[in-house]
Amino acid sequence: MNPDYRLYHPKWHRRRIPIFWWLGKRSYIRFIARELTSVFVAYCAVLLLLQTWMLGRGEAAYARFSEWLASPPLVGFHLLTLLAVVFHTVTWLGLAPTALVISVRGRRVPSRAVLLAHYAAWAVASGVVAWALLGGS
Amino acid sequence: MDSITLEVSRYRPEEENEPSWQDYEVPFRKDWMVLDALNHVKDHLDGTLSYRWACRMGVCGSCGMMVNGEPVLTCATYLETCAPGPIRVEPLRGFPVIRDLVGDLTDFLEKLERVKPWIVRDKERSLDEGEYRQTPEELAEYKQYSMCINCMLCYAACPIYELEPEFVGPAAIALAQRYNLDSRDDGRAARMDVLARQDGIWACTFVGECSAVCPKNVDPAGAIQRYKLEAATDWVKAMVLPWRKR
Amino acid sequence: MDTVSYDVLLVGGGGAGLRAAIAVSESDPSLRVGVVSKVYPMRSHTVSAEGGAAAVIKPDDSLEAHAYDTISGGDWLCDQDAVEAFVQEAPDEMMRLEHWGCPWSREPDGRVAVRAFGGMKIKRTWFAADKTGFHMLHALFQTSLKYRPIARHDEWFVTKLLVDDGRCHGAVAIELASGKVYALLAKVVILCTGGCGKVFPFTTNANIKTGDGMALAYRAGAPLKDMEFVQYHPTGLPFTGILITEATRSEGGWLLNRDGYRYLQDYDLGTPSPMPVLRSMELGPRDRLSQAFVKEMEKGRTVETPYGHVVHLDIRHLGEKLIDTRLPFVRELCLKYEHLDPVRELVPVRPVVHYMMGGVHTDPDARTPLEGLSAAGEVACVSINGANRLGSNSLTELLVFGARAGRAAAADAAMAKDIPGAVLAQGLDEERRLTREYLSKTGGRERVADVRREMQQAMEAGAGIYRDAAGLRAAADTIEELRERFRDIALDDRSRTFNTELVACLELSYMLDTAEAIIHSALARTESRGAHQRTDYPDRNDGRFLAHTLARRSDGGPPRVEYVPVTVTRWPPGERVYGR
Repeated sequence: MNPDYRLYHPKWHRRRIPIFWWLGKRSYIRFIARELTSVFVAYCAVLLLLQTWMLGRGEAAYARFSEWLASPPLVGFHLLTLLAVVFHTVTWLGLAPTALVISVRGRRVPSRAVLLAHYAAWAVASGVVAWALLGGS
Repeated sequence: MDSITLEVSRYRPEEENEPSWQDYEVPFRKDWMVLDALNHVKDHLDGTLSYRWACRMGVCGSCGMMVNGEPVLTCATYLETCAPGPIRVEPLRGFPVIRDLVGDLTDFLEKLERVKPWIVRDKERSLDEGEYRQTPEELAEYKQYSMCINCMLCYAACPIYELEPEFVGPAAIALAQRYNLDSRDDGRAARMDVLARQDGIWACTFVGECSAVCPKNVDPAGAIQRYKLEAATDWVKAMVLPWRKR
Repeated sequence: MDTVSYDVLLVGGGGAGLRAAIAVSESDPSLRVGVVSKVYPMRSHTVSAEGGAAAVIKPDDSLEAHAYDTISGGDWLCDQDAVEAFVQEAPDEMMRLEHWGCPWSREPDGRVAVRAFGGMKIKRTWFAADKTGFHMLHALFQTSLKYRPIARHDEWFVTKLLVDDGRCHGAVAIELASGKVYALLAKVVILCTGGCGKVFPFTTNANIKTGDGMALAYRAGAPLKDMEFVQYHPTGLPFTGILITEATRSEGGWLLNRDGYRYLQDYDLGTPSPMPVLRSMELGPRDRLSQAFVKEMEKGRTVETPYGHVVHLDIRHLGEKLIDTRLPFVRELCLKYEHLDPVRELVPVRPVVHYMMGGVHTDPDARTPLEGLSAAGEVACVSINGANRLGSNSLTELLVFGARAGRAAAADAAMAKDIPGAVLAQGLDEERRLTREYLSKTGGRERVADVRREMQQAMEAGAGIYRDAAGLRAAADTIEELRERFRDIALDDRSRTFNTELVACLELSYMLDTAEAIIHSALARTESRGAHQRTDYPDRNDGRFLAHTLARRSDGGPPRVEYVPVTVTRWPPGERVYGR
């Protein structure tokens, strides 16, 4: 008889969750990867703030900053960041139709339509930003 | 293949402190579900194996277990799909284990009750007035969420539930939505108070596994994300138009 | 011994139990109500019911029509006063459930829709797609959560009723998680434990349908009524026995023999027509359809498969759209368990044990002859189902008689006296007996599963669709022998924590009791009526047998059988006519 057991008292067992619980299933790995890419999204925000701050410190400071940005290791890291952020965006947009369920005149708007609308909005926003940055008249 | 091995998680609290594995060799029949194999063990090999089952047709929700790491209904999972074995059978993850393959459901039931899963009416209708008129379209709005058999596979698949047991969980939120979207119900605001909280919908990070394992296509993940949008919209409206009735 | 006290105790938490609990609480919110169930309420077998629940609401229908269909369907063995009350209260009960959120299927204008069902002349079966029992049970369970006075003991297994001085005072139950034995004391006990389909080897019933309440009442001295009437549902899937709802036929499905011929036309059930005709052909009563199968099999016109003889259910002509709207669960079940799509293929089906018309004898207020004990649902026999139940009457029965049982119990509890102390001594004795006879017992050579299997085989052989004296006597002898062998069972599992082998063993003892009642009731009834068909007495004999069989337990021998006349009010016994 197990000395820890007391008669008529249910002795429940809870397993210890392994630290790398998410390595057990492909869907969990994808989930964690998706969540980790938000670090890169945060990095982009920080980068933008840095750029703004450097602009405020004058042309010389900004020029040094731009030079640093152009260095090969940073370019490589930023390529990785771009991939991560695109992955994040695509997975985020992919989840939008699940949350946004709309009915128009009694019929449900299909998920594909909602998704495409989001992609369209992304394209338009990117287009506007690109036009602004690349010297639109 | 004539036979197949089941590797079953055993837990006998009167004898041990930790679960252990026990192997059983069972006949391999193409028309057998995992449940049939477990019944063979209990009937002929080892009567001490404890597990739950009842309807054997996928509607009562009793027989959920982890089979090869996936939460499934053992009455609806063919042995063949788990071959070649050994087939690992464990109790549903996320719940304390009472014995062998039997977990404790108290937390789940408490959460189910917490979301007020009944028709809430501002004004009751008398029987003489007949039925609430509900068109087939209105029925279709919540029908999917009413199909939950309370099998808790979604809780077993949800990593958040195991990591943060205060999370109210997928099935409970889907059930709340079932009533929120029912044209006869007026309880939306009351349920929002219960669920728009850190241990409610906001604990969910949309892993999405709950909907992937649901045997009845309830799509609890969808219910939760929709609810998040509603809750966020509600919150903004409350900020901008505080006099508005909920 | 630890005790818990209630004013009203429900044994069983399915449709009838939950409805009764709510009724008690609504009658008198001050009463303490306990619901004890060996499974969580949403696992109760009500959940598997598919087709629908009948109640008169449409303008072309009438209470008289529903009553007549029920009484003729029951081959005139129904108590007509009970049937009249039943059809009268059914519409309100069903409407109440709609108000409680049950997702009934609707007509385009939003009104509740009704479908045809077997043996009914007019469409009156309310339905929720083809998972009516599931939706009803969940609506009842979720609604019951609103009532604070209702306390539940989930996964507590009742082993004995506490009876003293001719009155029931509660029950003894094992809390399965801990193995602790409690005395649940109550002024009124209502049994809602369902039927006993598992005494047969091939049944639609879940593993939990083991006749617990029937045996508990039987052992406490209450009589079991009309136990010989066992319903075989005509369409169960081979091997698993999974139910394929009658709604497949009410929506227009056909039953075909191996030549693709709608064979029911040969059995005085009408002439075939492309659209379903009520009270005709495939919409005849279940007993006649199952009997037709046996006859067809004897003629060699059924299809032989590795899982026995079958006929084919053809719903292909209904179309995918109708099937997905009104029979989606049937499609799912066929795909999963038969690997075929009923939209395109024929479904193999055969008669399967489904329902017990018989049960604990009660009056129309659910009271048994034992004071303090009531029963409602499949466990009870009021009788509104007589010798054969019409489909879609039993789900309504849960509501009507669950409610009646609850209201009557609330009234009785208010007037009940205190519980005598002698009852606690009984509880302690029972606790000791469980340890002595099961957990501590050594040296037995039998296994639960073996005794159970042999009981099931004996029942199928001797008490099937067609019976005769020789077959019944052989079955009776086998059951008696198995009761001896039962005493020689040794459990592998001696633990107290969630011991499901102990539960299976106790359930087996309940099944042996109900099996005995079924066989001896069948032996005594030397006529054929409804679902009880004797090849040695093929005719209905109203002169002797327009009466209910009452089987009472007698120590160390077969049950004492006596008869009590059927109550006839407005419908004198006539010919059961279908299809013409």
